[in-house]
Amino acid sequence: MIKHYDSLKIFYPLAGRLMPWFGWAFALLGIFGLYWGLFLAPIDAVQGEAYRIMFVHVPSAWMSLMIYAVMTICAITILLRRSKIAEYWLLSSSSIGASFTFLTLVTGSLWGRPMWGTWWVWDARLTSELILLFVYLGIIALGNAIPEKRKAAQAVSMLTVVGSINLPIIKFSVDWWTTLHQPASIFRAGGSAIHPMMLTALLLMAASFTCYYFWLILWRVRIQIRENKQ
Amino acid sequence: MLERLYKRRIAYILFTLLSLTVAGFLVIKAFRENLLFYFVPSDIKAGKAPINHTFRLGGLVEKGSVTKEGLTVYFTITDTHEKISVTYTGILPDLFREGHGVIVRGQMKDSNLFTAEEVLAKHNEKYAPPDMP
Repeated sequence: MIKHYDSLKIFYPLAGRLMPWFGWAFALLGIFGLYWGLFLAPIDAVQGEAYRIMFVHVPSAWMSLMIYAVMTICAITILLRRSKIAEYWLLSSSSIGASFTFLTLVTGSLWGRPMWGTWWVWDARLTSELILLFVYLGIIALGNAIPEKRKAAQAVSMLTVVGSINLPIIKFSVDWWTTLHQPASIFRAGGSAIHPMMLTALLLMAASFTCYYFWLILWRVRIQIRENKQ
Repeated sequence: MLERLYKRRIAYILFTLLSLTVAGFLVIKAFRENLLFYFVPSDIKAGKAPINHTFRLGGLVEKGSVTKEGLTVYFTITDTHEKISVTYTGILPDLFREGHGVIVRGQMKDSNLFTAEEVLAKHNEKYAPPDMP
């Protein structure tokens, strides 16, 4: 069953058909989400207008973790069996993940300066997210250092699996240690602590970013398939 | 044959993940104290904070405790069990409010007063418009 779908012959046209859907969903959800976030969502009682940067910051942070989780699945698949799609998917994901991690750190820093009073602190959440950026950069470097695709994917797989230990650390850092970063607002005991209008904008942006990732990754995997045919 | 290879690989991967988890757990356990970003007033009263060194103190700014003399501000940080008096000279961040979280870096210059060099406001996880409770 899995083998069947793994065939490039099925994947290539299927990805081609799905791409425009993800592309348009990314654009429309993004426009709608930004409009909702910037105009419809109410002002925050404590932070004023400045909180609106979270509509980019929080989905980016989610993406930085989600992409890594997807990469870990690809990595385990590659270590178990031959799969060209998993190889291409893994190697093409790292730079997207790194970009979202970078965006998370930059937007967080921009928000931290006026709100916390500092651009950066070495607390457990911020530090573990910075480590994630370096893991991504390491993966990109390793992937590019080995010219042969299959060997590169094998090496990257191992690094990816090792680095996946960081994911729960990032997620639970705010619960395990005292941090300057606030604890989780949505997935918390006692339900979401975000006003529904704000939450809607957040979820729209998260959906948009997710579609962006799939749009881009399908595009990239297709390019890899085509390049390797020649 | 292939089945066997498969099972062995799965075992290897599970073993790797398990060792990583154990290693990670041990590292986290070892660094637990050092990774703490701040101490709370109860820690200080219990003698856990490094009294003669610079450290961070966190908690809530007690309601009605803030007094200002020019640029110097006096306030009390509480964790609802214990309280510590703090003084700071400088500009406070936007989120500094009575009843809200704050983290200050400085020293206990004498046994009752914490002299802060830096004040960071801590945001809580709540996001709501002004008319919400």
